Amino acid sequence: MNNEVVIKCENISKTFPTADGTAFDVIADFSIEVNKNEFVVLIGPGQCGKTTLINIIAGLEEATSGIVTVGGELVTEPDPKIGVVYQETNLFPWLTVMGNVEFGPKAQGESKASRQERAQKYIDLVGLTGFENQHPNKLSGGMQQRVGIARVYTNEPLVLLLDEPFGHLDAQTRYLMEEELEKIWRQERRTVLFVTNNLEEAIFLADRIVLMTNCPSTVKQEYIIDLPRPRDITSREFLKIREEISKNLDLTS
Amino acid sequence: MKLSKMKKKNNKVKYILISIISFTVFLIIWYMVTDVFKLVKPISLPSPVKVLESFINKFTVKRPDGSTLQAHVLSSLRIVLTGYIAGSIVGVPLGIFMAWNRKADMFIRPVFDWFRSVPGMGWIPVMILIFGINIASKAAIVFAISFVAILINSYSGIKNTNPVHMWVAQTFGASNKQLLFRVAIPSALPHIFTGLRQGLNQAWASVVAAEMIGSNRGLGYMIQMNRENSRADLIIVGMLSIGLVGTILSFVLQKFEDKYVRGRH
Repeated sequence: MNNEVVIKCENISKTFPTADGTAFDVIADFSIEVNKNEFVVLIGPGQCGKTTLINIIAGLEEATSGIVTVGGELVTEPDPKIGVVYQETNLFPWLTVMGNVEFGPKAQGESKASRQERAQKYIDLVGLTGFENQHPNKLSGGMQQRVGIARVYTNEPLVLLLDEPFGHLDAQTRYLMEEELEKIWRQERRTVLFVTNNLEEAIFLADRIVLMTNCPSTVKQEYIIDLPRPRDITSREFLKIREEISKNLDLTS
Repeated sequence: MKLSKMKKKNNKVKYILISIISFTVFLIIWYMVTDVFKLVKPISLPSPVKVLESFINKFTVKRPDGSTLQAHVLSSLRIVLTGYIAGSIVGVPLGIFMAWNRKADMFIRPVFDWFRSVPGMGWIPVMILIFGINIASKAAIVFAISFVAILINSYSGIKNTNPVHMWVAQTFGASNKQLLFRVAIPSALPHIFTGLRQGLNQAWASVVAAEMIGSNRGLGYMIQMNRENSRADLIIVGMLSIGLVGTILSFVLQKFEDKYVRGRH
């Protein structure tokens, strides 16, 4: 395994002031390292701090203390090398599929021919050939998230942050999308940090699972998942790992 | 998808049918009250037959208010469109600017809050003093009325931009200017059109008020004059024309909206 560290969080804490003047800790002393082309899944209960953590790594929010580096550089503001896919309301409804996918390079002033060629490559890769001129409201939830994935890939980021991207999909579509994402990732390797609260999804996708505590969020334990890919969620090894982690996973929230 | 399209079409047919029935019932009652049972004197409320006759005649007859119907309509339209277009040209950008720029918001808002609390009619005296009795003073009143609705909706449209959309654009390296022109404004477009629609409705409705200040033409003037002449039939013709033109204006604006607001609903 390549051990070049790409994402590095050192002692991240985030505190929000509350209405009654006390402080509310959402993230406390969170540290993690993600290696090049590694797929790391953060799994934790509840709604506490996960989107905030993603936004801190993406440079959209400032940590109360601690530092984040991506590709060796300190993160202080959003940067095209850090791509994010959120759970919902991700796509721009006023743009077509193509308009959404080419948004990043277009904002960077890349020429139309060049950016659309790349956009088309990823639209094809996520299986949406023929839907280029549709608006997102004509697509199903699963298809919309495919567009989100194609869009973030087209921007060619160094790292991908995915914040419960399949959280609002039905179970069937969710399985399908997990398989799809895994397939795309094996074809187009990237450094991925993926947030979920679904253990099966975590084991299916991760090279490494980072288990988090509930409010304030911090690292509880790490698990290396070295099952061969693509994984069979009904295999004995899969279920064994699942049982082992779930003993430790406190899903009460 | 095909089924839902059929359902949509069915609903449209249903809507048109119900509208026709509703109007027919209204006309029948009107006819009964006037021509059949003669419950009201024709001088207060003429029958629909008489109104239709006057409506058709008014295209050629200038008496008793000095102009044909189309001349009145054109005169009103000129005032309304002048005031309304000026209101849009100022209201939309100013609303967007205030929503985008905190300092501008803080600076302009107190004046605007005072401005919006003055009712439409309240502008009449001062506009006459500033512009005199002419088209400019009337257009200025229409401007003051439509501008408020247009500004407020543009403002709230920008303020309601989904933060996730802003995050996504920022992570793609969009500049501040790109955030405004490629995210906030397109995202606010439905709101902006709501403001333009409200502004247009209010502008057209305010024509009667604007034309009460000494004019010699226009639908508001026509209604006023015929009250003095006790010509109820022509008053109703004027009212019907206001409704009809208002509907046509809304329809045209709706076509614009359908063209520019894509991918919603």
